Amino acid sequence: MRATLEKDKKLEYALFLGCTVPVRGMNYETSARQVAQKLGIALVDKEGFSCCGFPVQSVNKHAALLLAARNLSLAEEAGLDICVLCSACGVNLSEANHAFQSDPDLLSRINADLKAVGKSYSGKTKVKHFVRILYEEVGLDQLRKHIRQPLSGLAVAPFYGCHYLKPAEIHDRFEDPEDPKSLEQLIEITGAQALYHSSRISCCGGGVLGIDEPTAQKVAKMTLDSAKATGADALVLQCGTCDVMLEVSQKKIGKTFEVEYNLPVVYYPQLLGLAMGISPEELGFALNRVGSREFLERVQSLPIG
Amino acid sequence: MSQEKREKIAVDKLDPKFKDQVAQERGGEMIVRCFACGTCSASCPVRQANDRFNPRRIIHMVLLGLKDEVLSDDFVWLCAGCFSCQERCPQGVKIGDLMTALRNIAVREGHIHPSFTAQMNLLGKAGRLMEIGDFENKKRGRFKLPPIQQDAAEVRTLLEKCGVLQPEEVQDRGGG
Ligand code: SF4
Ligand code: SF4
Repeated sequence: MRATLEKDKKLEYALFLGCTVPVRGMNYETSARQVAQKLGIALVDKEGFSCCGFPVQSVNKHAALLLAARNLSLAEEAGLDICVLCSACGVNLSEANHAFQSDPDLLSRINADLKAVGKSYSGKTKVKHFVRILYEEVGLDQLRKHIRQPLSGLAVAPFYGCHYLKPAEIHDRFEDPEDPKSLEQLIEITGAQALYHSSRISCCGGGVLGIDEPTAQKVAKMTLDSAKATGADALVLQCGTCDVMLEVSQKKIGKTFEVEYNLPVVYYPQLLGLAMGISPEELGFALNRVGSREFLERVQSLPIG
Repeated sequence: MSQEKREKIAVDKLDPKFKDQVAQERGGEMIVRCFACGTCSASCPVRQANDRFNPRRIIHMVLLGLKDEVLSDDFVWLCAGCFSCQERCPQGVKIGDLMTALRNIAVREGHIHPSFTAQMNLLGKAGRLMEIGDFENKKRGRFKLPPIQQDAAEVRTLLEKCGVLQPEEVQDRGGG
């Protein structure tokens, strides 16, 4: 594991938003930016980033690698590593790096194609998920120092989703994909309790939403059921696609299966932000769709620790 | 599909080279190591939700050479790409990547799933799957988020270069 924040190590990243987050996850984006600012992580907006390439891989793997390389080259040009908010962006960009590293011929073919848009990529841009940056680069000790309003008494159900952890090989095996701990630890430094449930490392179903919605709904239902059964005050996640399934589609899924979930869903930076004393408005809670008023009332009712 | 038809396909259209074709595709390399243990199917959330989908069965069909059945049925598109199977396969078959490889072959043989045609067109037009225009930027402004200038030209060029999109003559190429 990498060292925690050194005294004067400056954390600076190009913020890669991808497709979903800047349109449907503005609460995620704004809470991440707020938290980052308070922690001294510089998130730089670079012009020219496009779709990461993930959706293209099903059609043409080479084209997906090419779009990834174009995005990576923009960050390389600026001398910055990339911070992603979406786990699918993370896996696609990291996988491209991984492929280029193990196959220099592939990288030359990619560069030959990139000439068409006047770009080139040498393979230097590192890619990390925002939550992993909090965990590895800032570190739990440093984060603890920023907690102003511990959320003691709150109990939440963590949800990792797939691509934050898997394929583990692509993510330098920073965690055991069968038994990860980072999200629980990150939740616990806020003072909230992290409740175990069997679907915490399951798939949200988002990958088949466009192909077969009933199947996607059934996959999501397994997670909603297992999280709901814990009696959690909220489900905590870290990916815009997971949110589309577990929050945006929650009512619809409830209707299909005649279950009333009413399970608030919050992004991890929103939870951390509350514990850091940032206001719900600044954390974008106006955009949370399921039971956010009740959730915030619950937070407000916690004994100030 | 009737039993009769299934047998007919199996006899007439078996393609023993199909597994080699798959093994030569990026992500499909390890397929021949599969010893049919079923760990992938047992780990698969889509399999749990929909028993039409079964990764071990798909791999078995590839190894048998049932090329047309694999490529033209929409079950290769049902994989959610979650990699639950891939982490657990005792033989190191990269099943998630293999499903991607099968889709790439299916596309080349004319079996693209319509939802992907729509997505590729959108990428060519907007450079992203969700368009960002004035409306979205205004909303972003309300949350103090910087506006995003969408520009699809380079994405379009790259997708055309790979044959994912056909060059368009009079289409505006900026997209934004
Ligand atoms: S887990 Fe691996 S070896 Fe077992 S059936 Fe699936 S692909 Fe084959
Ligand atoms: S990657 Fe595909 S085949 Fe493997 S477990 Fe996930 S949905 Fe099933």
